[in-house]
Amino acid sequence: MKVLVAVKRVIDYNVKVRVKADGSGVDLANVKMSMNPFDEIAVEQAIRLKEAGVATEIVAVSLGIEQCQETLRTALAMGADRAIHVHHDGELEPLVVAKLLKAIIATEQPGLVIVGKQAIDDDCNQTGQMLAGLLGWPQGTFVSRLKLENGKALATREVDGGLENVELTLPAILTVDLRLNEPRYASLPNIMKARKKPIEKRTPAELGVDPTPRLKTLKVSEPPKRLAGVKVDSVAALVTKLKQEAGVI
Amino acid sequence: MIRDQKALDQLLDTLARFVGERLIPLEAQVAHDEAVPDAIVDEMRGLGLFGLSIPEAYGGLELTMEEECLAVLVLGRTSAAFRGVFGTNVGIGSQGLLVDGTEEQKRRYLPKLATGEIIGSFALTEPDAGSDAGSLKTTAKRDGNGYVINGTKRFITNAPRADLFTLFARTNPCEPGAKGVSAFLVAAPTPGLRLGPIDRKMGQAGTVTSDVILEDCRVPADALLGGKEGLGFKTAMKVLDRGRLHIAAACTGTAERLIADALSYATTRQQFGKPIAEHQLVQAMLADCRTEAFAARCMVLETARAKDEGKDVATDASCCKYFASEMVGRVADRALQIHGGNGYMAAYAVERFYRDVRLYRIYEGTSQIQQLVIARNMIRGIAP
Ligand SMILES: Cc1cc2nc3c(=O)[nH]c(=O)nc-3n(C[C@H](O)[C@H](O)[C@H](O)COP(=O)(O)OP(=O)(O)OC[C@H]3O[C@@H](n4cnc5c(N)ncnc54)[C@H](O)[C@@H]3O)c2cc1C
Repeated sequence: MKVLVAVKRVIDYNVKVRVKADGSGVDLANVKMSMNPFDEIAVEQAIRLKEAGVATEIVAVSLGIEQCQETLRTALAMGADRAIHVHHDGELEPLVVAKLLKAIIATEQPGLVIVGKQAIDDDCNQTGQMLAGLLGWPQGTFVSRLKLENGKALATREVDGGLENVELTLPAILTVDLRLNEPRYASLPNIMKARKKPIEKRTPAELGVDPTPRLKTLKVSEPPKRLAGVKVDSVAALVTKLKQEAGVI
Repeated sequence: MIRDQKALDQLLDTLARFVGERLIPLEAQVAHDEAVPDAIVDEMRGLGLFGLSIPEAYGGLELTMEEECLAVLVLGRTSAAFRGVFGTNVGIGSQGLLVDGTEEQKRRYLPKLATGEIIGSFALTEPDAGSDAGSLKTTAKRDGNGYVINGTKRFITNAPRADLFTLFARTNPCEPGAKGVSAFLVAAPTPGLRLGPIDRKMGQAGTVTSDVILEDCRVPADALLGGKEGLGFKTAMKVLDRGRLHIAAACTGTAERLIADALSYATTRQQFGKPIAEHQLVQAMLADCRTEAFAARCMVLETARAKDEGKDVATDASCCKYFASEMVGRVADRALQIHGGNGYMAAYAVERFYRDVRLYRIYEGTSQIQQLVIARNMIRGIAP
């Protein structure tokens, strides 16, 4: 079975994000970029499926600017077999990404698609769901445990109320959560070898998708600075404050 | 020389993540237990760290000297105990074999050293032969189809973990100097070779050294490195030559870590109503640290590039080792001073690093020996 994973290039999770002075967006100049951590988990899961003999080929896809190829190299170094880069220099909204992935899936015909539950830059948490909708495939979101057997995916989902177990008929879309696995570091020899693995280049035009955004970002601003807390000396005082000042009880 | 900047960036990035996410959080535990957890050693094998310097033909990464120094600058940002696990395979435990071994010897051992399946160690120093290594007393006597070795080696890094020693012994008793020395590849365990107790040290807890004692230890004739007698001392010097840049890079990486720790402390610790980093005398210490570490970084990378271009860098490599090892001592001292009383407490990493870095001025050629090498080469350079 072929597994397709989508990987996004985002600001590294260690970087302290700064908003541009004019409020037009986040400052990306000279900022370290990495693979979205949830997508690393997706890649890791695909590799584990391959190691278990369930998956036969792993195709990594990234969409966006030229440097997305570096993110794909990371996926290849971790263990993906080949990669597809959909080159686009402007902003890409989740719906456009889902449409582009749908077009790639039409030719690649994977048995399973694994994506991160969300990207840590815009936190949209939409692409996987939109893709499932466009394809009419079953979806399992926020997956924290996974087993594949007899053409079905048994997935445990992390939902607000606890854990939900679902059974999906393949092909299906999975969006993966933090606790599913701990991604490996690409080994240094594999990093060198990954430079030689193929990356296929596509464009939205070739795939018949109009990438024009439908939303306009009006303003990006920093969250308000957290104010210093206060210490209370008794439970009674705490309850009073929660009632009267915080208004939460 | 950097062969592929993007691949190298990715490699250094992965190393930095491994150091930051896996190793730094374990530093205190490793210092306390005096051991690196097996799971971490396995991860190091998985990453390919044992093969950094070994040629691709033998399963290694074949990093150029500049690439290796850049990698070691990153690895220097955490305790030496971690680097100690694979450090001898990258440096002194494999390089003798690499530069002077026969093809058969290389094929036998290098692939296993590259994966970390075996650990290599370098046994030159003796109780009575340190800086003056050429005067070593361990003997290897030709006996039938092999050699019989007798003697004691001292302070041998990774001896308790080693499967293979590059061991130096005198094959010509009539030649008391360096010319009478040969190098042997001694596999361990082997009858007649035993280890002394693990040395108790001032710092670098988690790295292991011990005596290696040879009592009528018999090795086959093909254990003679390169198949020729009398070249051992030259081999040792070639190995140490290359190691100097590696150590200088490690010193510089550690200095950069100490500066990061000191800076973060200085900008948060408040005295006299403001962060201590705003007091000018603290700023002077920070600036001196930064300046010296930067100088060392430039020296190391410049010399590494020259080495990759095939230039003779013996003098400059000694300059790097001498300057960087002394520099990191000064940086550790200032970083500790910036931490005040906390710097003297085991709860802060700087206390540990202060002790750890002291070693760099001693092993693989003391500072005084580096000064001698540098000056002698200078004088030789103008000789008619
Ligand atoms: C933790 C540790 C790990 C080590 N690992 C290894 C290893 O893996 N393999 C190995 O073979 N060795 C190893 N060594 C040994 C190390 O290389 C020696 O300790 C070092 O070369 C110095 O030798 P020495 O200790 O005998 O000091 P000595 O040579 O006795 O020197 C004592 C002092 O005299 C000075 N001195 C000596 N000669 C001169 C001179 N001609 N002019 C001016 N000053 C001089 C020295 O600089 C030093 O200050 C290790 C040592 C330590 C502490």
